[in-house]
Amino acid sequence: MNKFNIAKYVLFDIIRNKWLITYSIIFFITSSLLTYFSGTEERTISSLLNVVLIIIPLVCLIFTSMYYYNSRDFIQMLLTQPVERSNIFFSEYIGLSISLIFAFLLGILFPIFSFGLTLSILILVVVGIFLIFIFTSLSMLFAVKFDDKLKGLGLILFIWLFLTVIYDGLLLYLYYLLADYPIEKFTVIFALLNPVDISRIAILMNLDLSAMMGLTGAAFLKFFSNPLGLIISFVSLIIWVILPIILASKNFSKKNF
Amino acid sequence: MIRISGLEKKYGKINAIQDINLELTKGRIYSIMGPNGSGKTTLLKSILGLVLPDKGIIEVNGINTRTTHSYRHYIGYMPQTASFPQNLQVKEVIEIIKRIRVTNKSLDLELYEKFNIPSFESKKISSLSQGTLQRLSGTIAFLFNADIIILDEPTVGLDPYSAEYMKQKIKKEILKGKLIIFTTHILNEVQELSDNLVFLYEGRVKYFGPVPKESDNGTFKKMIYNLFQENE
Repeated sequence: MNKFNIAKYVLFDIIRNKWLITYSIIFFITSSLLTYFSGTEERTISSLLNVVLIIIPLVCLIFTSMYYYNSRDFIQMLLTQPVERSNIFFSEYIGLSISLIFAFLLGILFPIFSFGLTLSILILVVVGIFLIFIFTSLSMLFAVKFDDKLKGLGLILFIWLFLTVIYDGLLLYLYYLLADYPIEKFTVIFALLNPVDISRIAILMNLDLSAMMGLTGAAFLKFFSNPLGLIISFVSLIIWVILPIILASKNFSKKNF
Repeated sequence: MIRISGLEKKYGKINAIQDINLELTKGRIYSIMGPNGSGKTTLLKSILGLVLPDKGIIEVNGINTRTTHSYRHYIGYMPQTASFPQNLQVKEVIEIIKRIRVTNKSLDLELYEKFNIPSFESKKISSLSQGTLQRLSGTIAFLFNADIIILDEPTVGLDPYSAEYMKQKIKKEILKGKLIIFTTHILNEVQELSDNLVFLYEGRVKYFGPVPKESDNGTFKKMIYNLFQENE
């Protein structure tokens, strides 16, 4: 059997999902309004940045987990067929990721048409796609691990809150406590541990807004403007995609349904 | 044929099934009974590969179920509650299973026609009633002419006509030499359909043997009553 046969039907199912269609339309309207009222490309991307960094992770986490929980009976039915567990698992993952990427690209069409596919917009798109892969895999990990929907969703929401808000708050507090020490290099390392931070910095650096970040910004600029820094941040994003999905896949193949 | 030896499964500290040894042969219908939590579902799920046993071996047509998923070509399964992707059409759901189970065998379209599946094939799953989904699920279980058919409470949720078709189908399949296993809580169904009974209690097989004939209704009911009583 073709490995992508199941993924194709998962995709068919999700792209007809009314919640995903609504999300795409709202995203399209929001990005169009932001583009229209912001005027310049730089201001538009700065405004879209928050949508990409906060809304996309939240939507991916919730949509993926809800879809997985609601599909459990059908997944069980598929598991009774002559097909490998990994095939079913990755079909679900690929189907979910591609449909969410499709919704994201549809949502961001207006800025692309307005300013063309410039480097800044391209980075925004690439970062958005990475975030979709990362948060879909994180969501799959928790949804597979916890059969209790409430527990799973609770943890997923905590992960979102932690990576988008709490982590930065803790770092700020740490920087405040260690303000007298040369911790610039460590800020880069800490940023690499959070996919939302890597994405934020990658977009801001390209917009030349690092000057607003003081000494930390200078450290970021130095790191991200050299090829090795870019490769390291790219690799860390890839690890953020691969690690949760491998753990989720292992859980799935040993799971009792 | 299904051979189960020394099967055990624990969930935490609870023994779901323990020391199960069964040999289920072709050309027979086996019913599995037992009170709630007796291990019926765990046993079926272990055969299907949904539950991974802690100990023991399950062989389906000589294939150890731990070693490969290909043994599931021999099995058609109808779950207790049918559930399919809400935004797919009925024909798309059938298509997925067809693509997974690429087979040289001709399809068995009897239930497909009896349950009138073509009339709602283009409808979305979300627009169908639970009873209709059960009919679809039953159709899929028999569609691929599998040697072994496993049915989890097959008549629950079906209207009387569809339930009757389902029973007739089960009886017919046995003439083709198939092995059919089903769970139920309905005594009449056990007697009407099956020739062998597996009675489970607290994860152990308490009875494995023939079902008395329909004419001996009193004996059968007494037997089941005693099985429940003895283990209370």
